[in-house]
Amino acid sequence: MATSFHTALESLRTTRVWKSIFRRVPAITNRTRSLAVFGNLFLHWLPVKVREKSLRVRAAYYLGSLSLLLFIILVVTGVLLMFYYHPATPEAYHDMKDLRFVVSNGVFLRNMHRVSAHLMVLLVFWHMFHVFYRGGYKPPHEFNWVVGVILLLLTLFLSYTGYLLPWDQLAFWAVTVGTNIISAMPVTGNKVRFVALGGHIVGENALLRFYVLHVVILPLLAFLFIGVHFWRVRKEGGLTVGSKDDDGKN
Amino acid sequence: MMEKTKIESGFSSDAKKEPRRIVFITRNTSAKVKDEREPKVMSYPHLLVREAIVFEVLIIAMVLVALIWDAPLEQLANPLVTPNPAKAPWYFLGLQELLHFFPPFVAGVLIPTLVVIALIVIPYFNVNVEGKPLWSEHASKRFGIVLGVVVALLILLVVVDAWTIIVPTALVAGLLVASYLSKAITGKMGALRAKPFSWWIMTWFIATALCLTVVGTFFRGPGWSWVWPWGTHAG
Repeated sequence: MATSFHTALESLRTTRVWKSIFRRVPAITNRTRSLAVFGNLFLHWLPVKVREKSLRVRAAYYLGSLSLLLFIILVVTGVLLMFYYHPATPEAYHDMKDLRFVVSNGVFLRNMHRVSAHLMVLLVFWHMFHVFYRGGYKPPHEFNWVVGVILLLLTLFLSYTGYLLPWDQLAFWAVTVGTNIISAMPVTGNKVRFVALGGHIVGENALLRFYVLHVVILPLLAFLFIGVHFWRVRKEGGLTVGSKDDDGKN
Repeated sequence: MMEKTKIESGFSSDAKKEPRRIVFITRNTSAKVKDEREPKVMSYPHLLVREAIVFEVLIIAMVLVALIWDAPLEQLANPLVTPNPAKAPWYFLGLQELLHFFPPFVAGVLIPTLVVIALIVIPYFNVNVEGKPLWSEHASKRFGIVLGVVVALLILLVVVDAWTIIVPTALVAGLLVASYLSKAITGKMGALRAKPFSWWIMTWFIATALCLTVVGTFFRGPGWSWVWPWGTHAG
């Protein structure tokens, strides 16, 4: 069974259709394996070869890649959730009830989105601390560290704007507590808070503003900066591996 | 004679006039190029297979968690009913804990702004590329300065009664003093003695942020009073 499946796959890979889709023959030589990377839109920013050291788990614990994966999961589950969501009061709350009791797998969809969001905040923080301890901010990576700080802030804003959307007591008061802090800003505090909320209290305007930020503006910015971040990792010589990695451990 | 080109490249080729840093020579290394001889492997399949496995493991784990752990949904938002305590999301609870000790401007605006600025300037601020240990030179002078700053900070924190900051600060400071007094070269203490100053600052920051966040999340109840997470309280 396994062998016949394998043979079938092998012969499929040599067909004209397969070649026309993937732009290459089976990746069995180093040349075709290189083609598999730089001939593919989604992989072309990866180097064709990587240092063996940078493949070790402790080189990065895959934290950057996993953060990207979580972002992708969040986009997919988020778009699906948008099909069932109205950014208005109190419909937003009723949509949450519908997700729980009416929509097929609605609870699972919302759970996945929430778990990914919390995990992404956690992993992005961990990623930053790990890069710091490995000296990954040192030249020539200075500006990519700054891009990373921007991505951390974007992650926090994304998570925070999403926090309001269920429009339950938890959401309302968490955002009320948070946005009250803005008022403590000298001189412009109250004005900035007014712009953020579209009013003096957390109400329907605030929900709409947070929604637009959460589903359009912040994801687009995050997408842009993620692209810059990964591209620069490649351009600036890959992961930071130091003399510590020579000891052969792990 | 060559005509002077009208368009000039961004980099001068005159190394004496405009020196450019092209290599760091750190201690115990020479300037020889190591890169060429470093063992490399093909990204396809070695890197991509690993990434795929890690992705699958995370997705499976998250699906399991999402099947068991339901996202909370409380009553419809009501501006007239304030829950006690009203808490921000967990990653802001460290700041909310700070608000308990400092005025809103300090805890909510000044400290977060300073933290973000500090994070941004890390790579530009006199980078200790070699990662020299804090005690490698002028040890006693440095120890005096660091100890003075730590003691002043602790006194300030005692005045505002911010003991959730005092505990992690004192712990890290204790390790710092121990690493200065110790003569160890190997082992855990030896490794600690080899840490640069930036390591100490970041470790102190993480310890404090962690302590504040955990206390804010699990140990704060009505009126921001101390509660035990396993105790019963009206939430």
